Amino acid sequence: MAESKELLHDQYANILRAYLEEQSEQGLYYAQQFSKRVLEEQISPEEVVSLHLEVLEEFFPDLPKGAHESFELLLEVMMGYGLAYREHQSLRDKTKELEAEINVAANMQQTFLPDEIPHVNGLDVGVLSVPASKMSGDYYHFVKDDHDCVGLAIADIIGKGIPAALCMSMIKYTMDSYPEQRLQPGALLENVNRVVEQNIASNMFITMMYGSYDSRTHQFNYAGAGHEPGFYYKAAEDTFEELHAKGIVLGIKRNTDYKEYQLTVEPGDFVVLLSDGVTECRTDDGFIEREAITRLIRTYQHLPAQEIVNHVFYELERAQGFQLRDDFTLIILRRNV
Amino acid sequence: MNLSTEVIEKSDKKKILKVAGEVDAYTAPELKANLNPLTEEEGAEVVVDLTEVSYIDSTGLGIFIGALKSAENHDATLRLTGLNERVKRLFTITGLDEVITIDDENTEEAK
Repeated sequence: MAESKELLHDQYANILRAYLEEQSEQGLYYAQQFSKRVLEEQISPEEVVSLHLEVLEEFFPDLPKGAHESFELLLEVMMGYGLAYREHQSLRDKTKELEAEINVAANMQQTFLPDEIPHVNGLDVGVLSVPASKMSGDYYHFVKDDHDCVGLAIADIIGKGIPAALCMSMIKYTMDSYPEQRLQPGALLENVNRVVEQNIASNMFITMMYGSYDSRTHQFNYAGAGHEPGFYYKAAEDTFEELHAKGIVLGIKRNTDYKEYQLTVEPGDFVVLLSDGVTECRTDDGFIEREAITRLIRTYQHLPAQEIVNHVFYELERAQGFQLRDDFTLIILRRNV
Repeated sequence: MNLSTEVIEKSDKKKILKVAGEVDAYTAPELKANLNPLTEEEGAEVVVDLTEVSYIDSTGLGIFIGALKSAENHDATLRLTGLNERVKRLFTITGLDEVITIDDENTEEAK
């Protein structure tokens, strides 16, 4: 340390000498470089002032009276800066530590989500889920049984960030505790609701939609717990309908029945499930309309489902200046023609 | 985004909380700090006037649910009034209109 101090001293003496001889741009440039160096070495402002005084006194042993004392005053002033600087340093280190921890948690959270979409004959599935920050409050889940029946869930945990992410693990483990055989959507939500109701803070809740698709009969059964309505595209009529399932959010009432709805999916029809991060997309002109989303889907409808969701996300992200305000999840499930 | 609240005491028991602005993850704590104490008074009748609220997100809904539970624990009542279409839709979709009393009428009383 003492050695590096000496080195800095010599370096500064050279820079100052050169600058005093000729006040050049180059000299100022060296000063800037030196400032980077002292920052790196975590040298406080008052130490730099003290270094300046040392060098100055070497150059001019007969400083006018008062000059030395004036530096003492300046040193005292810089002391305050030095304290603030050290605090800043320690905060910066702490932030780095926290960030590293959050990154670990975010990576772990990724393992809660399916790493691949099940392949089912006759079905084209697209999924995209993007958190607004590192941790997500959106959850989705796919399960396929031996008869090519697919169960899919989308859930949105109130709020976002870490609390929402912690809550997600509860949903994940609850869903995983069910057998792979298809559960009826209404009954499934009733079960999940009981778990959530007992384990969640009084000002939290979860919205969820669960659907199951039987690829033998092309029936889509679904039920919802206060989740943002999706869309159902009817190919024969070329129209989008709202896909809403009435039901209260999870975690509020212990014994709740969830009504089950049924649709017969014709070739070319598709189901769109989404989180409110999609519909609550806000641009400079205010919130986008739900029709804007169906218009976007329509634009890319000729593409495979995964490409549709990718394009819709890109367009909506762009509309918000590439700054998501809420977690975004969009799922499309299409019966192939 | 800003949020402002004002408590109007109609009587010993009846309190109106007028809220203005947007209720989201950032402003929700302020709403909570102003709303919850009202619901903690035994037998209170709390009315929240949302006429001047343009937007509520899910965190905001959570505050009302928390306040409702608190009111139930203190034998108090909670009622919401003056919801715009967007806000009302949120309560309908989440099914929370089943558990929270929401006035359909205008906000005459709250004025």
